[in-house]
Amino acid sequence: MEKAELSKMESKLLMAIADIPGITPGAFSLRKNGKPVYVNTTPNINIIKKEDKPGIDIYIRADTKDEEVHIPVVITESGISDTVYNDFYVGKNADVVINAGCGIHNDGCTDTHHNGIHRFFLDEGAKVKYVEKHYGEGSGDGKRVLDPVTEVTLGKNATLEMYTTQIKGVDSTVRNTEAKLDDNSTLLVSEKIMTHGVQHAETNFSVNLDGKGSSCQVTSRSVATESSTQKFVSEIYGNNECFGHVECDAIIKENGKVVSTPAIVANCLDANLIHEAAIGKIAGAQITKLMTLGLTEKEAEDAIINGFLQ
Amino acid sequence: MLELKNINFSAGNKHILKDINYTLESGKFIAITGPNGSGKSTLAKVIMGIEKPDSGVILFNGKDITNMSIDDRARTGISFGFQQPVTFKGITVHNLLNLSAKKELSSDEACDLLANVGLCANAYLDREVNSSLSGGELKRIEIASVLLRQSPLTIFDEPEAGIDLWSFNNLIQVFNSMREELSGSIVVISHQERILSIADEIVLISDGQIERVISRGEPMDNIIDLHSCRKI
Repeated sequence: MEKAELSKMESKLLMAIADIPGITPGAFSLRKNGKPVYVNTTPNINIIKKEDKPGIDIYIRADTKDEEVHIPVVITESGISDTVYNDFYVGKNADVVINAGCGIHNDGCTDTHHNGIHRFFLDEGAKVKYVEKHYGEGSGDGKRVLDPVTEVTLGKNATLEMYTTQIKGVDSTVRNTEAKLDDNSTLLVSEKIMTHGVQHAETNFSVNLDGKGSSCQVTSRSVATESSTQKFVSEIYGNNECFGHVECDAIIKENGKVVSTPAIVANCLDANLIHEAAIGKIAGAQITKLMTLGLTEKEAEDAIINGFLQ
Repeated sequence: MLELKNINFSAGNKHILKDINYTLESGKFIAITGPNGSGKSTLAKVIMGIEKPDSGVILFNGKDITNMSIDDRARTGISFGFQQPVTFKGITVHNLLNLSAKKELSSDEACDLLANVGLCANAYLDREVNSSLSGGELKRIEIASVLLRQSPLTIFDEPEAGIDLWSFNNLIQVFNSMREELSGSIVVISHQERILSIADEIVLISDGQIERVISRGEPMDNIIDLHSCRKI
């Protein structure tokens, strides 16, 4: 096991993205300023550094239960451009939680990039809860850019729950997620994004419901404030008897702009696909209701947005 | 406690409230009734500050609140239960009760508040206050969010609107309890005889004006006739 010293700033970033102040027991891989600095494995979860490119392979044994894997990334040096390839192989009937995320502190004038390329391979009956938070801070002019790519392959009866959050400080992000689902497998995606200033966030989902009885639920809730822009594109392909539901809700404030582009494609007579999308400012009646409870207009707006993104 | 002096309110060309004068005494349960479109809900909204009167003065405990904002009135001691409960995406029942209480309520505290309005609490605390809840459930959550504030003046705008008969019977029980445990004043806009019958005073509004004020025990025949859209 390697030792990893964390500065106060790095601990703060870790808290922001993973709700932990430092290294925790269990399977853990910490990447700092573009380099792997700490790895810990368990009898059931092995983490192996890739030889051909930056990144790790995470192997989770069949039937592993009640274990968590942490793979946070923190960047505090300005101008770092880091692309990391992480592959997760989850054995049959394993049931685990994977906590990822990236926190960037950029006080410099050059841009900092982090691109996490994650591939998930879930064997039959495996169940994974994947939690990922992106966070940026710093006083410099350099942008904080995160462009994650996620590829998901779900075996029969496998389930992946994916919770992604980007609330603050990321200047630009383009998230691409692709998934292929086998028989009776389930993909649940919950995405929360808030943008400020002139930030831009873009997410593209492409899900192939190939297996009989497969299902996916994609829920996106976003808030675009000031002059920020967001784009949400979802493509759900029903290629078998399956169920797909995409729900995209966005709140816009000031000059915020959101584009939602739904596509549901039924390639099978028994595909049942639904898309719901709503974009609008905060309803006046909601603010009025909370003001009758004694909240100021600003407090009411904040409460509505916090609830929406919680 | 509350004095309405020469309140007028118009929307477009329609003169909705016409020179309303009324004094509400402290500790009373008041029902305001009248035909649809007579101005009852508008009057309630004017008291809460949701609508601004064109002219007139509103005094609350002697203080002029005519130009006070909604939230300032709320903090001064007025609460308001909406006819159509507002729904939220993401805000749970527990969140809403916390916002109303201005503190983090424990699950037990929140459950007690919901139980008071006839809801089996554990099943509701983590549910979002959205349209997946029935009209009766939303109404009771609305009432719970208002009652917990224990304001000196609480206004309910047609609490019976949009709920089924079963929920209505439960609602009557809630208002009966309120009547018995009354600490502040309650104003209920209602068409329902069972709510009118527990009021200390019934204010009959017709065509934007207070037509009559009936004290508890006086015959209500004329009011019921009015509800039936028959001439008095």
